[in-house]
Amino acid sequence: MSIDNQVFIQNVIIGLTVGGYLALIALGYTMVYGIIELINFAHGDLFAFGFFISLTIFAEINPEIPLHGSDLYFTLPAVALLTMLLTGSLNLAIDQIAYKPLRKAPRLAPLLTAVGVSFMLEAIYAIWKGPIQIPYPRYFPKEDYMENEHVISFFSKLGMDITEWRIVSFTTKDLFLFGVTIPLVALLTLFIDRTRIGKAMRASAQDREAAMMMGINVNRIIATTFFVGGALAGVAGMVWGLYINSGRFTMGFEAGLMAFTSAVLGGIGNIRGAVLGAFIIGMIKAMSDSYIGSEWTRVVIFGILILMLVFRPSGILGSTQSIEKL
Amino acid sequence: MRMKRYLGLVLLITIAMMAMPTANHSGKTVSAQGEKIKVYTSWPLSGGTQAVGESMLKAAELALAHYKEDHDGAGPAGFEVEIVGLDDASPTTGAWDGTIEAENAQRCVNDPECMVYFGTYNSGAAKVSMVITNEAGIAQITPANSYAGLTRACETCAEGEPEIYRPSGEVNYFRTNGTDDFQGPSDAAWAVCLGFESVYILDDTQAYGKGLADEFERHAEEIGLEVAGRASVESTDIDFRALLTDVLASGADLVFGGFVLDSGGPQVIQQMNELGLFEEDIYFMGPDGMASPALFDQIGGVEIANDYVYISFPGPLPSTLESEKGVRFYEGYVDTYDEEPDPYSVYAYQSMMVILDAIERAGVADRAAILEAMRATTDFEGLSATFSFDENGDATVSGFYGYAVGDDTFIDGTLITPTMHETCEVASD
Repeated sequence: MSIDNQVFIQNVIIGLTVGGYLALIALGYTMVYGIIELINFAHGDLFAFGFFISLTIFAEINPEIPLHGSDLYFTLPAVALLTMLLTGSLNLAIDQIAYKPLRKAPRLAPLLTAVGVSFMLEAIYAIWKGPIQIPYPRYFPKEDYMENEHVISFFSKLGMDITEWRIVSFTTKDLFLFGVTIPLVALLTLFIDRTRIGKAMRASAQDREAAMMMGINVNRIIATTFFVGGALAGVAGMVWGLYINSGRFTMGFEAGLMAFTSAVLGGIGNIRGAVLGAFIIGMIKAMSDSYIGSEWTRVVIFGILILMLVFRPSGILGSTQSIEKL
Repeated sequence: MRMKRYLGLVLLITIAMMAMPTANHSGKTVSAQGEKIKVYTSWPLSGGTQAVGESMLKAAELALAHYKEDHDGAGPAGFEVEIVGLDDASPTTGAWDGTIEAENAQRCVNDPECMVYFGTYNSGAAKVSMVITNEAGIAQITPANSYAGLTRACETCAEGEPEIYRPSGEVNYFRTNGTDDFQGPSDAAWAVCLGFESVYILDDTQAYGKGLADEFERHAEEIGLEVAGRASVESTDIDFRALLTDVLASGADLVFGGFVLDSGGPQVIQQMNELGLFEEDIYFMGPDGMASPALFDQIGGVEIANDYVYISFPGPLPSTLESEKGVRFYEGYVDTYDEEPDPYSVYAYQSMMVILDAIERAGVADRAAILEAMRATTDFEGLSATFSFDENGDATVSGFYGYAVGDDTFIDGTLITPTMHETCEVASD
C-alpha cells in the first residue's frame, strides 16, 4: 500500500480517537445546556481535573509500570470509578456554589460565572501541579496490533502484507480508548432512555415548571445532570492521560473548545448530535493537521462552525431545548 | 542611674550612625550616596518557563552581590541598586503576554527611580516593550532575546525591522547573546555534520520560533539539506499525532523545532517518542529556547530524550564555563542557591554586569547618561567572551554551541557555525 494511503488510514484512526475523547466531554456540554440552557465554560477544565486527580491517585497507589495482572483488571477500573466520582462531585459542587444561586438571574450572569470558574480551576491546577507540561506515566501497556503475529497472518491470508505498513499503527491504547468511550456513551443513552431519572431529566429539559408540577424534584435532576456530565469529563481526562501521557493546566481549555464546538455542530442539547459532532471534529482535526497544516486547523474548524451557524443554526441533527430520547 | 542615661545616649548615636551606613565608606560620587536606582526585570516568573525565569532573576541578584563584594559593599557609583522582578507571563495561558509586558515597561517608565529595563526572555515580548522604553529613552538589555530583527534587518525578518521598534530613531536596546540568524544556519550546518539528510521543520508561529525555523530552512536549502516538510503548530494544542504521522511519512530523519519550553516543544518530543518516531531513527533538534534541564522533567524523564535530542545554545553551558568570571558565577550560584543554574542565567548574570558597569561609568542617576554609557560599552569582559556593543546594540562576539542529550544530561558541547558543513571538523572533535 502506498505511503499516502497509509497516512490516510492512520489519520482516520487518529480522527476516531480524538472524536472518542471529545465525545465524552461534549456530552457534558450538551446535557447541561439541555437542562438549564447554560453553556458551562468550566466544563473543559473538569476534563483537566480528571487528568490531574487520576494522576494523583495513581501516584498514591504507585503500581508497577506498565500495569499488569490484577492492577490492570482491578486497580485501573477502580481508579476510573474514583476519578468519575470525584470529578462528578466537583462539578456538582461547582453547580451548587456558583450556578444554583443564579438560576433565576439573567442568562448572562451564570455564563460569566462559568468563565470565572474556568479561570479559577486553571489557576488552581497551575498551583497544584505547576504550570508546566506534566508527564503522565505510561501505565497502560502498549502493544501495536500491526506487529501482532495473529493479525499479520490474518491479513496475509487476505493477501496483504501489513508488515510493510510502516505508518499505520493501531495499539492496545487505541482499543482501550474506544473500549471506554463506546460503552459509556451506550450506558448514558440507556440511562436517559430507560431509567426513571432519565425520564425525569427529559421532562425537566422540556418544561421545567411543568415537570415540577408533576412532582419531579428538578433541583435534584439538575444536580444529577452535573454529576453525570462531570464524571464523563473526568474519565475522559484519565483516559487521555493514559493515552497521550502528557498534559498541562490549560489542557481543559483546548479540549473544551473543541468539545463545545462539537456539541454546537451536532446540535446543542442533542445527545446523538454531541457524539456525531465530536467524531466529525476529531476527523477534521486529524485531516487538517496532516493535509492542510496544523496552524490552519482552528481556522478550518471554526470556519465550518460559522457556516453551520449561518445556514443551519440548529446543528446537524437539530438543536433541541430538551434532551432528546434516542 | 547616670550610667544608664549615658548608655542610652551611646545607643542613640549608634543607631543614628547605622541609619546612614554608606556615608563614610562609599567612594566616587558624593552626590550618589544612598540614592536608589531601580532595575526592572521582565520575563516569565510563572508558567512553562518559570524555572528559567526564576534562575535568571537569581543570577541577576548574584551579579549584584558579586559587584558589591568587589567594591567594599558599595553599589555602582555609590548608588544602591534594587532589582525589581516583574513577571510577564499570563496566568491564563502560562506563557508571556503582550499586554502584561507593556504594563511592565510602562511601570518602569512611570517610576522615576527606574533607570534600566532588564528584559525580556521571549523575543515577541521585546517587540512590545522596546517601543515603550525607546520612546522614554530608557536603556533596555535582554538576557535572552535572539530574534535578529529586533536589532537589525535580516533576510527573513519582517519589513521595517528594526526601525519599527525605535520610534525615537535612537538605539536603546542591547543584547549580550547571539541571534537566530546565526543560530538557525549554525544548526542547519551542524545537522549536516551529524549526518542528517532530510529535515522536517516545525515552529510555534511566534517571533522567536518562526524566525529561527525560517533561518534554518533558508540555510538548509542552500547547503543541500533536504527540507521534507514545514508546519506551524498552535502552542496550546495538545494532540500532535496527525502532524507527526505526516512527519513519519515524509521520510525525514530529523525534526527541527523552533520552540520554547512553553510553546509545544516538550509535547512534540514526548509524542515523537510515544508514536515511535525515535524507534524509526527520526531525531529531534531544538534551539536555545529549549536548552534547560526543565525540559527533561516536562517530557517525562530524560531517558526519553537520551540519544535522540540535540539542542543548541549561545555559548558554553554554565557548568562548562572556563573563564575566571564564569567559574565564579557557576560556583557562586551553586553555593548560594544550592541548585544548578539554568543555561540562560549565564546571560542574565552577564547582562546585569553590563548594567552595573554602565551605571558606574555614567556616575549619575540619569536615564540618558546611563543609556549613553551602556551604548559605549567596549571590550567588556563577560563570562564566556570579551565583547563590545556594535551600532545596533548587539554584542560583537557570539558563538553557538551544539549539545547532544545523552547520559541523562547535555553532553558533547561543540562550537557550531553556519559554515561548519564544509569540513565538519569541529563536530568530530
